[in-house]
Amino acid sequence: MSDRLAVRKTYKLYLGGKFPRSESGRTYSVTDAKGAFVANAAWASRKDARDAVVAARGAFAGWSTATAYNRGQVLYRVAEVMEGRAAQFADEVAAGEGLSAAKARAAVDAAVDRWVWYAGWTDKLASVLGGTNPVAGPFFDFSVPEPSGVVAVLAPQRSSLLGLVSVLAPVLATGCTAVLVSSHERPLPAITLSEVLATSDVPGGVANLLTGSAAEIGPWLAEHADVDGIDLAGAGTAAMELERSAAGTLKRVLRAPAEEPDWTADPGLTRMTPFLETKTVWHPIGV
Amino acid sequence: MTSVFEYAPAPESRSIVDIAPSYGLFVDGEFTAGQGTPLTTVNPATEEVLSEIAVGTDADVDRAVRAARKAFTRVWGPMRPADRGKYLFRIARLLQERAREFAVLETLDNGKPITESRDVDVPLAAAHFFYHAGWADKLDHVGLGAAPRPHGVAGQVIPWNFPLMMLAWKVAPALAAGNTVVLKPAETTPLTALLFAEICQHADLPPGVVNIVTGAGDTGRAVVEHPDVDKVAFTGSTEVGKQIARAVAGTQKVLTLELGGKAANIVFDDAPVDQAVEGIVRGIFFNQGHVCCAGSRLLVQESVHDEVIASLQRRMGTLRVGDPLDKNTDIGAINSREQLARIRELVGIGEAEGAHLWQPAGELPERGNWFKPTVFTDVSPAHRIARDEVFGPVLSVLTFRTPDEAVAKANNSTYGLSAGIWSEKGSRILSIANQLRAGVVWANTFNQFDPTSPFGGYKQSGHGREGGRLGLRAYLKES
Repeated sequence: MSDRLAVRKTYKLYLGGKFPRSESGRTYSVTDAKGAFVANAAWASRKDARDAVVAARGAFAGWSTATAYNRGQVLYRVAEVMEGRAAQFADEVAAGEGLSAAKARAAVDAAVDRWVWYAGWTDKLASVLGGTNPVAGPFFDFSVPEPSGVVAVLAPQRSSLLGLVSVLAPVLATGCTAVLVSSHERPLPAITLSEVLATSDVPGGVANLLTGSAAEIGPWLAEHADVDGIDLAGAGTAAMELERSAAGTLKRVLRAPAEEPDWTADPGLTRMTPFLETKTVWHPIGV
Repeated sequence: MTSVFEYAPAPESRSIVDIAPSYGLFVDGEFTAGQGTPLTTVNPATEEVLSEIAVGTDADVDRAVRAARKAFTRVWGPMRPADRGKYLFRIARLLQERAREFAVLETLDNGKPITESRDVDVPLAAAHFFYHAGWADKLDHVGLGAAPRPHGVAGQVIPWNFPLMMLAWKVAPALAAGNTVVLKPAETTPLTALLFAEICQHADLPPGVVNIVTGAGDTGRAVVEHPDVDKVAFTGSTEVGKQIARAVAGTQKVLTLELGGKAANIVFDDAPVDQAVEGIVRGIFFNQGHVCCAGSRLLVQESVHDEVIASLQRRMGTLRVGDPLDKNTDIGAINSREQLARIRELVGIGEAEGAHLWQPAGELPERGNWFKPTVFTDVSPAHRIARDEVFGPVLSVLTFRTPDEAVAKANNSTYGLSAGIWSEKGSRILSIANQLRAGVVWANTFNQFDPTSPFGGYKQSGHGREGGRLGLRAYLKES
């Protein structure tokens, strides 16, 4: 065994394509499933959340108007880069979730495959959810799905990688941009994922990561007027209050089941349709 | 402006309708008394009291929900889907057979011109039932996998601007999907919903499948908040929509909201002016402007502003305001005193903020609720009349120089229901349509509706769609 002393990493936020510390200067200790110290993570503040929304809004125009083919390739690229770092993800998942090496590796594989699955959806949504409408008159009339805008995603608290990817990938596949709040106790896979995103041609600001407490940041995101949707997957007992708060600006809300679901199940379209609008365009037919 | 020639009156006869002196609540297939203090419904064109309407209390709503639950569990849910479809086909046919009666009744109760209730509201209501009837036995194809399931009891609250049409938009997909319904019509326009109850009876629709509980806001709240309602659908103001979204938070209720709008109607310098002016008129003066998707913000390219406004004012001078039952009438009565007061208030604010008001010459009838077609020029994006929904025949005109500026101004709204584009250039139309954050975009047309075509808004104009496969999906869940 080598006697080389390891170089440890400082874990930071991921905002607008950069890796800042929390403007608040706060951090908190992350421990493994047995309670041993692993690292310090940034404890994001309300202002970090607002900066993340600004970054996500800024990135929306470019990401939402990129071709579906391009978005698909970018999401596939995420899978490729993630696959290359599978061992690191597996170590973090095993430590954080207390899984065996084999089970942790299976979770990583499923997470990579989920990116691939959503990468393939980007250029199919419009034909599955849209189409022409045979109106009773001399008009050409068609409907297309479009992304809702900036979506706040409260990631699951338990499934720190597969659950995380399962809530983030669909939001990006629709063309929305995301402000993601990681699992409080298990943030490390999320931070490593942000490093993957930063090196996978995902434009800065398309996905922004806040580590810290969903209970603290969630209410600011739920009432933020420039957030269009919120996924309450990791909201826990605060879900009802956050949904009430989101009603003030009529956000699109994806509710969470009482118990965290089995993230290996086929998600279908259920995590994409809540953050898609339908636009219907009419034009007369005539000479 | 003097009129080129006068029209002789051409009134539609009201003898075709037979309005009862009072109406109860339609619960479990029968008209029953309501426990609340009755309200009256008034013809807004004459202020004549048309009828006394029962008001549903919490207990009445509970009775209706229990009837709907029983019908869902025992009859409508287990029924062969093809038979559910046949009931809806029957309803569509019965509506067509009594179309003139519905049109006259709608015009009496709402104040809209008979030509609109006759040619738009009632035919579209029948079409919605006919369209959804065909879906009832084809639900495997809506895109929710095999054998999707209805939610159960749908609680639906509808507005006064298109009373029968909004009923059809709500009831037809709910029933086709296998749900049963408790519907609360608008306080000021309950009569066509109550006549629809008679259609349900004549169709032999099983008792409890459709329940109609009249009343005001409290009755609507009781429907929305009833714990045994599974699906809530509301069309109305954004303010009430937010209250409803708050009320269903933390429940399992599924929600569809069709709320307010402040649509931009964008006229480019290459648009044919006469066609565009007809579209502007249809966009804002259709149904007295009581339309959530009304083209209430005219964005006109600076180079053609004067020409378009002159032509628009000339056209507005020919609009006939008056007796809604007269077939020559273009603009009918404002639906209620409250709405008239709101229009007057916002118009007053528009003048006070410095916009320039123009109305055509001409007299308004002495009795009833009326407001002249109105256009404001010199409007800035910050003015209340450029931001708030007036819900009346009031148009605000803004200008732009470049397509980018047009898009930026059009999207500068908390609403996102609809928009219009007028241009001869196809590539420009498609580009602008792509960039507008609105659920319905009418290019070289405006205010077109069809049961096959999804309708609904972005942003604070609500969420969910009505019409087409997507609208039906809102009433179903995966099995």
